[in-house]
Amino acid sequence: MTISIRSVDKKFGRYPALNKVDLEIADGELLALLGPSGSGKTTLLRTIAGLEFPDAGQVLFHGQDVTFASAAARRVGFVFQQYALFKHMTVAKNIAFGLDVRKGKDKPSKIEIEKRVDELLKLVELDGLGKRYPSQLSGGQRQRVALSRALAVQPSVLLLDEPFGALDATVRKSLRKELRRVHDATGVTTIFVTHDQEEALELADRVAILNKGQIEQVGTPDQVHDQPQTAFVCGFVGEANSFEGQVAGGQFTAGALRLPAAGVRDGAATAYVRPHDFVLDETGFEVRVERAHVQGPLTAVSAATLDGHPLEISASRAEAALFQGAVKIAARKTHVYAV
Amino acid sequence: MSAAPSRSRRATDDPAWAKALVIGVVLVFLALVLIVPLAAVFAEALRRGLDAALVAVNNPDALAAVKLTLLTAAIAVPFNAVFGLCASWAIAKHEFRGKPLLITLIDLPFSVSPVVAGLIYVLIFGMQGWFGEWLVDNDIKVIFAVPGIVLATVFVTFPFVARELIPLMQEQGTSEEEAAISMGASGLYTFWRVTAPNVRWGLMYGVLLSNARAMGEFGAVSVVSGHIRGLTNTMPLHVEILYNEYDFVGAFAVAALLCLLAVVTLVLKTAVEAAQPRTGRGGH
Repeated sequence: MTISIRSVDKKFGRYPALNKVDLEIADGELLALLGPSGSGKTTLLRTIAGLEFPDAGQVLFHGQDVTFASAAARRVGFVFQQYALFKHMTVAKNIAFGLDVRKGKDKPSKIEIEKRVDELLKLVELDGLGKRYPSQLSGGQRQRVALSRALAVQPSVLLLDEPFGALDATVRKSLRKELRRVHDATGVTTIFVTHDQEEALELADRVAILNKGQIEQVGTPDQVHDQPQTAFVCGFVGEANSFEGQVAGGQFTAGALRLPAAGVRDGAATAYVRPHDFVLDETGFEVRVERAHVQGPLTAVSAATLDGHPLEISASRAEAALFQGAVKIAARKTHVYAV
Repeated sequence: MSAAPSRSRRATDDPAWAKALVIGVVLVFLALVLIVPLAAVFAEALRRGLDAALVAVNNPDALAAVKLTLLTAAIAVPFNAVFGLCASWAIAKHEFRGKPLLITLIDLPFSVSPVVAGLIYVLIFGMQGWFGEWLVDNDIKVIFAVPGIVLATVFVTFPFVARELIPLMQEQGTSEEEAAISMGASGLYTFWRVTAPNVRWGLMYGVLLSNARAMGEFGAVSVVSGHIRGLTNTMPLHVEILYNEYDFVGAFAVAALLCLLAVVTLVLKTAVEAAQPRTGRGGH
């Protein structure tokens, strides 16, 4: 199922939640909508689901206009942040809900429904728990039930709103792998919302980064990390030291700090350097090391420029001893954006 | 009084003497204002023996009062259950203009004196009221008749169900309904299969509270009733009449019956509360 979002606008009262959003989602893709809270990512997901309707613009499923079609008519599977399981129904009844509500000849027989529920329980590794109630399950198990309930109707697209937000770190990691596995097994086009960049970069085929109701960049995890198109993306995805300064003639200057900035127009600018892009270099600029400590295979260095701007450097473990007192460093890669 | 550290002690626990004091104050207070008067009602009713009390209850006027009270509750309570469900559904699950005003209006019967509530209906439906002439012409009696009593009771009891359900529904939010609808369930199906089961205990609780008030209401009903024996007297009104006529055994016997109805309500309420955890509440 390909999905096209065409210049969608959505306001809540006066607050613009989405502002001329365009997005193309390929068939069978696993896409992350990544952004800080209030960026419009959940609104975009709910607009795709048919739980919100845009003020302007179009939503197309497979080339067909579904802008004002109901969620049921779009055949979406939606997984809510707080699971939204039906508390008074067993796990099996929860999963079967979407099949039970069907009428007439669309409704599968009791045996077919049971079979489908068993399949789905197996898919999310909850076999044998069908008779339990949601309150008798752990958070991770509940989220798996929510996932299989959404998959039961064989949705054209699977939508997940902060699916791992309420879970602790270990469960989150294992469920991430699980979602990837389920996606690969079913091949269903999947879109999930997250504010956790690690989650987005690890799990998704492509990441769409939202800020203030607009999409800043869409690309593979590598692209958004290594070639951020805007200052926001650079600061939001991955770690970065930021410097406010001036660009003149392809050179960025902030106090004693000088960085190459080819192709950036003259004037005020912000420069970003990732911690691992700083390297020891005798021809570079001088910094004072305040603290260097080993972090697994790496050395994390806190330092400051001569005019007091703090910066973080990530070096290999072998270099730990070299970061002492005053050292000279250079940036092997910089991202400079005119303000 | 030992202050020996116990394993079950918590940081918020008070010292033993403070705990004893707090519990003692509550018990003394309850005994003075609740238990002693309640016991007095039953003692007074049974002063001349159980037979005398039964005779007092088992006369046509008293029985008519019991019937009218039950009839009034049987009309007012279902009406308020439906109204309460609609109001809380509208308020908790939808956004619309004037919502705070609606919430305030629902609370109005709590803040208005019941006498005023009764007078409102006299003003509207009474002989000198807005619809008075028209009602007389069409031979419809509202004031000093059963319809007036039901109206006044509905007015006084209508916040109970809504007040119970609004916070509950607001806390539950709309995502379960959204989940159901996204899976193809109709609005009605969603209401019966998802919303109603989630609020059924709150609804029961509200219904019981509203029932207790409906059976016990005095002020508003007194204004619209006309106190016609055997016709428009509810139990609380009948108690007053008997008492004013110095028929103490009769008054206290009917009062004791009213108390028993309240006790039944309380027992049901406790049973509802005890049944709650078994349904797997606290979903997240």
